[in-house]
Amino acid sequence: MAELLRVNNLVTQFKTESGLVKAVDGISYYIDEQEIIGLVGESGCGKSVSQLSVMQLISAPGEIAGGEVIFEGQNLLNYHANGPEMRSIRGAKIAMIFQEPMTSLNPVLTLGRQLTEMLQLHLKMNDDAARKRAVELMSMVGIPSAESRIDDYPHHFSGGMRQRIMIAMSLSCNPKIIIADEPTTSLDVTTQAQLMELMKDMVERFHTSLVIVTHNLGVVARYAQRIYIMYAGRIVESGTIKDIFGTPRHPYTIGLLKCIPRLDEEEGTKLVPINGLPPNLINMPSTCAFLPRCSYRLDKCSREPWPPMTAIDGNHYIRCYADTKEK
Amino acid sequence: MNSKSNDAILDIQDLKMYFPVTRGLLRRKVADVKAVDGVTFKLKQDETLGLVGESGCGKTTVGRCVLGLYKPTGGKIFFEDEDIATFSEKKLREIRSKMALIFQDPYSSLDPRQSAGSIVGEPLKIHHLVLSKGEYRDKVDQLFSIVGLDSSMTDRFPHEFSGGQRQRIGVARALACDPDLIVCDEPISALDVSIQAQIINLLEELQGSSKKLSYLFIAHDLSVVKHISDRVAVMYLGRIVEICSSKELYDNPLHPYTRALLSAIPIPDPFVEETRERIILKGEVPSPLNPPPGCSFHPRCFMAIPECSQALPPLRDIGDGHEVACIRV
Amino acid sequence: MTERNTTVDEFQEAPPRINEWRRFWRVFLQRKIVIFGLVVLFLLVFSAIFADLIVPYDPYIGVMADSLESPNSTYWLGTDIQGRDTLSRLIFGTRTALMVGFITVGIAGIAGVTLGLMAGYFGGIISMVIMRIMDALMCFPMLILAMLFAAVLGGGIQNVIIALSIATVPGYARVMNGLTMSIRENDYIMAERAMGSSNARIMLSHILPNSLPPMIVLVTLQLGMIIMSEAALSFLGIGIKPPGAAWGAMVADGYRYLTYTPALSFAPGIAIMLVVFAFNMVGDGLRDALDPRLRGIL
Repeated sequence: MAELLRVNNLVTQFKTESGLVKAVDGISYYIDEQEIIGLVGESGCGKSVSQLSVMQLISAPGEIAGGEVIFEGQNLLNYHANGPEMRSIRGAKIAMIFQEPMTSLNPVLTLGRQLTEMLQLHLKMNDDAARKRAVELMSMVGIPSAESRIDDYPHHFSGGMRQRIMIAMSLSCNPKIIIADEPTTSLDVTTQAQLMELMKDMVERFHTSLVIVTHNLGVVARYAQRIYIMYAGRIVESGTIKDIFGTPRHPYTIGLLKCIPRLDEEEGTKLVPINGLPPNLINMPSTCAFLPRCSYRLDKCSREPWPPMTAIDGNHYIRCYADTKEK
Repeated sequence: MNSKSNDAILDIQDLKMYFPVTRGLLRRKVADVKAVDGVTFKLKQDETLGLVGESGCGKTTVGRCVLGLYKPTGGKIFFEDEDIATFSEKKLREIRSKMALIFQDPYSSLDPRQSAGSIVGEPLKIHHLVLSKGEYRDKVDQLFSIVGLDSSMTDRFPHEFSGGQRQRIGVARALACDPDLIVCDEPISALDVSIQAQIINLLEELQGSSKKLSYLFIAHDLSVVKHISDRVAVMYLGRIVEICSSKELYDNPLHPYTRALLSAIPIPDPFVEETRERIILKGEVPSPLNPPPGCSFHPRCFMAIPECSQALPPLRDIGDGHEVACIRV
Repeated sequence: MTERNTTVDEFQEAPPRINEWRRFWRVFLQRKIVIFGLVVLFLLVFSAIFADLIVPYDPYIGVMADSLESPNSTYWLGTDIQGRDTLSRLIFGTRTALMVGFITVGIAGIAGVTLGLMAGYFGGIISMVIMRIMDALMCFPMLILAMLFAAVLGGGIQNVIIALSIATVPGYARVMNGLTMSIRENDYIMAERAMGSSNARIMLSHILPNSLPPMIVLVTLQLGMIIMSEAALSFLGIGIKPPGAAWGAMVADGYRYLTYTPALSFAPGIAIMLVVFAFNMVGDGLRDALDPRLRGIL
């Protein structure tokens, strides 16, 4: 599959009263056509900020301080954030689905208005064609009697239904990539499963790539093909799901997998928590951010700066000095 | 009191909690939200019972009824062989020294204007369990060290702590009166993944060292509930649909809703995921204001037959304390 | 409990301390206008307390021969028709103004907070009765209501205080009611109930302290309002009665000689303006320092 998007050394920082916060500190990743990748990390690790940076949706005091976002042969960061080029990409070629279905729809406009707006803006459809397409999209994402519900307002719909609408909206211009930022976190368990299945079906049907941004390792294990694990603004491990879950090698990934309860675990299994707290990102040292919590640490780790991503086999990369293979 | 049992610390019988829906200036009642509609279960000493279900299934309401925070519409709640559903507010206040509540949100559950020490010591003051200032301070320090917080932090305020540390303060407060029962209402779902295990282990260690502490563990995440609980009760629309040991729940789930719920939770292991059964339910949870007739799950059920909408299936024991409310199993 | 030795061996590290007081003062004093307001208020309080010591002349007994003098080196702000020194009367007027302000805010604040707290906490019929009465009082503009009570009760400092207190209670009750209802929804209140706290303990030890920051801001802003209303009542002749020194009455007295000795009206007029301005600026500063989210609400 051909490469669709490549991000190189992206840095996004926030200037705050107490100091410089490097929310995203030089991350690089790529996504192929029709691929599903997962971007996994805890809150504050920069996973959402990195995706907003790709879309150039960072507002002051944040700024994109460096890097490249190569999409269809062009570096998107060369475009002005609100310029016509960027606007023709947002929503049309790269679409985004947010976590909060309650606030990401405008409450005073009907769904029809919000769905057709995108179609008219990007695909220059006329009113009738746009409306017809909107109804089509709504029934495609599983909204019963879409014809009659298109003139309803968002508050007539439940959270799960609204997220379906968001999925329909993101698909409306047949984008190349959909970025789903914690798309199901605020929803109920069975609704989450419904929506994840729906998204998977939809990206297959529309030949779209999907970036799942989440803290839930289970979701990526089920749906993604490759994943990137983020910690404190950097990617610490990347590889196919079988690499990461089968032979995790970064201490943070190993720790994460040991500290979450699994449905299929043996009775009496003890969780092994990761000690300490995630770091405060203000004025970070150049050494590994996971060092204070790491059980594999070497003397070298506190002297040398964070190592680069190194291949350990094939497509499996880690950012670590320690040999974690045996443990 | 012929139905009271001696080994159960908590024995809930046919608990009902309806919230009236009122309309107009005179608050005329127009309908009832049947948040909890006939829930029966027992919780033994030193046992953890998980109460799992999706939002609106009534699990939180059950927890609050147990603490007497809501006055139940019907049913009995035996706590240490006394029916607290009949207790006056004054008697309830006394009994609350024997039970405690841990909340989901470590931010809103601590008074921002109280120091961590006085939050933890509050129950001691309310129930007059300490005689002197010195004893109070010792007790608070001891509680801090039990939950793994440094006792030098007692004079700090909640905003100076991280989410996980705040939850530890919440746990310390719950332990202050040395309770027999702690109701944990989604105690880890607001925490970061790497912090959740710290709190789960803390709760497990506390129970292990106390030998008499029972938990009613309320959560929506089946994998967490299964991990910490001895037995699990699955709730749907105000009723328990299945209750069994947590091992049995994963190995042999019987109710179609339990099976759907289990299959909806992905296991962080792609090798296992490849072979798992996936049940995607139709539609959404109906409103508890107007639940479907018969088995309230039948409109979404993949095993439903016409009889399912006729009568409410009772919870029946199919052996080894595994109870299920479904006519198809 | 003593037997509970857990294996939690590693203590959670203490995060760095945040000094709340230093932050408060930094934000509070960052605007120059707030410092100006504070200086004005300090001078006012100082002159009110030490009025007897600092006045150059007796504010009540004038020298008839020196009546209606324009500002000069003897009488810095001139004299009135009875030959009383305007500056001295102004200083004594500070005492009246601040006394009315603080006592009124105290009475109305305590009453309003109590009523709002009870209505917000208990809800139901208690809330309905209290808040409907407050709404009824709020139908009238505050000054009209104060005038009504002052006219019924008659003049004098006591009655002015009573009238203004009744007129301003609904404001506090309203705000406190709203605050209580939102604080009540927090889990820590549920936690208190689950621990077995009494209603009184929850209201006094938890809801009240959490509602203090916005109430302090409200009280500060109200002080300026009260002083201005007192001046208005006195100006209209239903407030502080002569020979008492009140700014409002002084403006009214001087009004007749506006073209002859304008200082007689202008001096107390400017004093009223300054004090209201100072209280508003300090209130704004307090709001920003205590709780910036209140901007636009109070």
